[in-house]
Amino acid sequence: MRHEGGYSADARVRWPEFLPWIVALAGLFLLPEYLSLGARILVYILYALSLDLIVGYAGIITLGHSAYFGVGAYAAGILAAKAGITDPLAQLAAAGAAGALLGIGTGAIILRTRALTLLMLTLAITSVCLEIANKATDLTGGADGLSGVVVAPVLGLFRFDIFGETAYLYCLVILLVGWWLVRKMIYSPFGASLTGVRENSLRMHAIGAPVYWRLVLVYTCSAAIAGVAGGLITQTNQFVGLNVLSFESAGELLVMLILGGVGRIYGAFVGPVVYLIAQDLFAKQFPEYWGFGIGVMLVLVVMFARGGILGILDALLARLRRKS
Amino acid sequence: MSAALETHRLCKSFGALTVADDIDFRLQTGARHALIGPNGAGKTTFVNMLMGALAPSSGRIALGGEDITAVGQAARVKRGLGRTFQINALFRRLSVLDNVALGVAERRGVARRMLRAASAHGEVRDESMELLATLGLAEDANQRILDLPYGKQRLVEIAIALGLNPRVLLLDEPAAGVPSVESHRILQVLDNLPGHIAILIIEHDMDLVFRFAQRITVLVQGEVLVEGPPEEIARDRRVHQVYLGEQRHV
Repeated sequence: MRHEGGYSADARVRWPEFLPWIVALAGLFLLPEYLSLGARILVYILYALSLDLIVGYAGIITLGHSAYFGVGAYAAGILAAKAGITDPLAQLAAAGAAGALLGIGTGAIILRTRALTLLMLTLAITSVCLEIANKATDLTGGADGLSGVVVAPVLGLFRFDIFGETAYLYCLVILLVGWWLVRKMIYSPFGASLTGVRENSLRMHAIGAPVYWRLVLVYTCSAAIAGVAGGLITQTNQFVGLNVLSFESAGELLVMLILGGVGRIYGAFVGPVVYLIAQDLFAKQFPEYWGFGIGVMLVLVVMFARGGILGILDALLARLRRKS
Repeated sequence: MSAALETHRLCKSFGALTVADDIDFRLQTGARHALIGPNGAGKTTFVNMLMGALAPSSGRIALGGEDITAVGQAARVKRGLGRTFQINALFRRLSVLDNVALGVAERRGVARRMLRAASAHGEVRDESMELLATLGLAEDANQRILDLPYGKQRLVEIAIALGLNPRVLLLDEPAAGVPSVESHRILQVLDNLPGHIAILIIEHDMDLVFRFAQRITVLVQGEVLVEGPPEEIARDRRVHQVYLGEQRHV
């Protein structure tokens, strides 16, 4: 279940990897009343996938990934609400480009540092972006948020309907593209070198790898994907609030990834599904204590399953194999 | 004979502490040269400066006649400088094959590619397997480093460095921590290293040093005490006093 690249790794897609897509398509027909929640989950999967790329594979610790998600969200929103560009794919391209630009600019600075300094700098970037969005009310709407986001039909054919069917399928297709790119990257020589950096950066330097530039590159790719995820959330909500840039959003994402399993690709799928469904259920059943339920879940996973939910599954499968 | 690697008045200080003091050193092309000295003599610091992992306070380093003092570590490796570490610096959770392949891929310029699977780069795999076979590690190719005996891990250190196809190889205590029954295997590997590679070995195992090296430099408190062929070093009274005690190795 653990997906790690390398020169001895089999990069072919295995049958369990079709499961998320089958489940997603089944959800479209079986749970039509939950499509807006479904679209949100798909966006968060893409967002978590971008985080897994840097945390799980490159070993970059961050608490500020919401900066790229938020910048992407605002880029798509501003384009739609202020510049009158309503084509969804153009908005997404702008969101990805905005994320990438911020990623390369900030990554080039912060990736010269390590550990706690790096963690603090990622937090600082998010705080700065949040404050800029808060103050630039003409562009962002400030604390009131940015409304009036217009999204034209996808490819001029598929209008975003009130049932969320188009939004769901649109997010699913974009997620599929994002997953394909991330998977390709992880199994590529570049991905193998990232694993090398995560495992032993001292040795990577000694074999002549430009470690710093590799990290900047993967950070930029991750920021671009997070930006696209941000653009998707804008398009599905047709609104951008300051919360997309909040520290809570970044923290929540990290919790989702830990819950699912870090450095496994599909941990980024399982985590947001479990987290957002649990959040939805807890919020309905215990509106005042839903955070408590999530907290207990996280404590249990961190204490008893360091590899997240997929780590538990791995351990169970290994036990079954030993018995048979 | 031309120098593969040369230093001129190389110095390194940490505040008031001088760990390398005006080191003039010359490693001939294809040489088998040993750097010895008591603990704290500055041997590893010297290697770190040669590799570019540590910037010298002053002085000059030349590789094949070209000044590389200001050149970064990655670029030095590309120009033919390789090293092993005193304490294993391996990718512990990766397979032996991947440990070597990462270096081979860097050298071949494959490592930055993104869209084709690493396993599809057969040339990297084949070269890595060939290298492992020459070091007697082919059967362990798919083992994780974590599951490998320590002696073999030391050989993987050497395999990674050889995968970079170096002109100059710096071996920092290749037999450190290896039981004597296994150290002969390391010596065998060292003896069979290609003759065109200039090798500088740092080692505390004097039997290994005197069997392997054609020339020895003795470093004491960051300074070169004496340099010469093994028989001369073994006879030198100063060396006996500071390092060898009363052992004789002629």
